[in-house]
Amino acid sequence: MSEPLLQLQGVHTHIGAYHILQGVDLEVPPGEFTILLGRNGAGKTTTLRTVMGIWSASEGSIRFEGQEIGNLGTPDIAQRGIAYVPENMGIFADLTVHENFVLAARGAKRSADMDPKRLAWVFELFPALRKFWQHPAGLLSGGQKQMLAVARAIVEPRKLLLVDEPSKGLAPSIIQNMVQAFRELKRTDTTILLVEQNFNFARQLGDRVAVMDGGRIVHTGTMASLAGDEALQQRLLGLSLASHQ
Amino acid sequence: MNPSPPAASPLDELPRVRRDLLPLALIPVIALLGVPLVGSFSTWVTLTFAGLAMGMIIFIIASGLTLVFGLMDVLNFGHGVFITLGAFLATAILGPLAGWTTSERILLNLGAVLVAMVAAMILVGLVGFLFERAIIRPVYGQPLKQIMITMGGMIVGEELIKVVWGPQAIPLLLPAGFRGSILMGEAAVEKYRLVAVVIGLIVFAAMFWVLSRTKVGLLIRAGVQDREMVECLGYRIKRLFIGVFVAGSALAGLGGVLWGLFQQSVVPQMGGAITVLLFIVIIIGGMGSVGGCFIGSLLVGLVANYAGFLAPKVALFSNILLMVIVLLWRPEGLFSVGKQ
Repeated sequence: MSEPLLQLQGVHTHIGAYHILQGVDLEVPPGEFTILLGRNGAGKTTTLRTVMGIWSASEGSIRFEGQEIGNLGTPDIAQRGIAYVPENMGIFADLTVHENFVLAARGAKRSADMDPKRLAWVFELFPALRKFWQHPAGLLSGGQKQMLAVARAIVEPRKLLLVDEPSKGLAPSIIQNMVQAFRELKRTDTTILLVEQNFNFARQLGDRVAVMDGGRIVHTGTMASLAGDEALQQRLLGLSLASHQ
Repeated sequence: MNPSPPAASPLDELPRVRRDLLPLALIPVIALLGVPLVGSFSTWVTLTFAGLAMGMIIFIIASGLTLVFGLMDVLNFGHGVFITLGAFLATAILGPLAGWTTSERILLNLGAVLVAMVAAMILVGLVGFLFERAIIRPVYGQPLKQIMITMGGMIVGEELIKVVWGPQAIPLLLPAGFRGSILMGEAAVEKYRLVAVVIGLIVFAAMFWVLSRTKVGLLIRAGVQDREMVECLGYRIKRLFIGVFVAGSALAGLGGVLWGLFQQSVVPQMGGAITVLLFIVIIIGGMGSVGGCFIGSLLVGLVANYAGFLAPKVALFSNILLMVIVLLWRPEGLFSVGKQ
């Protein structure tokens, strides 16, 4: 395996009195789609937020492209090329879709400064956003907001995309749109670390999988091997793929 | 910004953009309600201009306060000291410029006031920068401590002003060209109030332009809603906050100059006295909303002047009554900011 793009070693995170991450070891290889699975409260979201520097790791090392980023602030981490799509999508509801895009494109002062080819590609992935260009983002449906959240993260090339439960609360047809969009992203060799509870969604996208429990990584491997092993699914996640189809 | 919308897709249903213009209608509604209550049309015109001028000055002072709260949830009870400092600086600057202020030439009068306003903005902005570093920064995210320490900061600031200028009231006379009234039909409108309205409109237009047409403005509006996400996009919100705090302090200094000229005398307690009014305005407008702050300021100015004329005893609590009515109608203020 090539040198990991992102590497967490023995990462602990405390939030107030709670000890959430208890020694997370995780590697995200470049150009691959890594899925972070686990039950509620396993520490998946905390892992992403710790990588982004929103919550500081109390112990351990977080390395990106071989350099320690655990001591950096969130803006510095983002400027190194890591984009984050939070669970609540982080849409600026009072701003228009266009203004959300301009904010995400750090080098752009206006939409005319954005790369038109890149913008056209984003609109190919998420056609619905074209029409709502000048609409306040708060008026979008849940699925459209999720599309905007992901589109915003890729409006400029990023080295790593952290996505937190993109299928949460979405209708099945919208989930399939998201799957298609992420497949397109995969073709561009974008490195993605995606947190998910919907195993069927995750199975369609993941190259590699890591399973969390109790603030630790308890399993890593290929998605194909986990998808093909119902006993392992049952043991790690308390489910089988058959029951999700 | 000059967005070029991409070609529309016919596949998606277009939701209607509903612009919330109802709060805007409150200003003409309140003003028109005043016509039959006041009785005399010329008196109504005088009171309305006085109310609008007062509202504009309050807006200039309060706009920074609402943005500071919106961006970082900082309740700065020390904002009043910036107003006082601006007003006292005006006395210090306009004194030596007596030749200009007493001149019959309006350009010299304007020049003197302009010098006082610019100098007050720069110096109060600098004090605001130090205030943020020394007093606000250590208590980010601790609301109770913020209230205590910013109130303490205001008390200390007031005492320092007394040390420099003394505890007594200092007259701040209007330049010769701003004194007196102009007649609009039978209504007399004080010249200075017209000047205050014009300056208020210029500040509002500049602020509106920055907030709606520049990337910094976009960042401020986004930061008011969700500062964590702004940081996740790679922007340093704390630097932005310092900038907004300094700009807000400078505007309070400018407001202090205008308020001092409005009152024609300055006392060290003047900032503290107006602070309650500022909080009423930003609560009415919706905490963090500049547009709401503008409308709230004008409403407060109009209601204070009409009530002061019709029933002086009611004027003492008229603005609190206005706030209660607005909050019963819209509990988050006229324009709620969609905070995450």
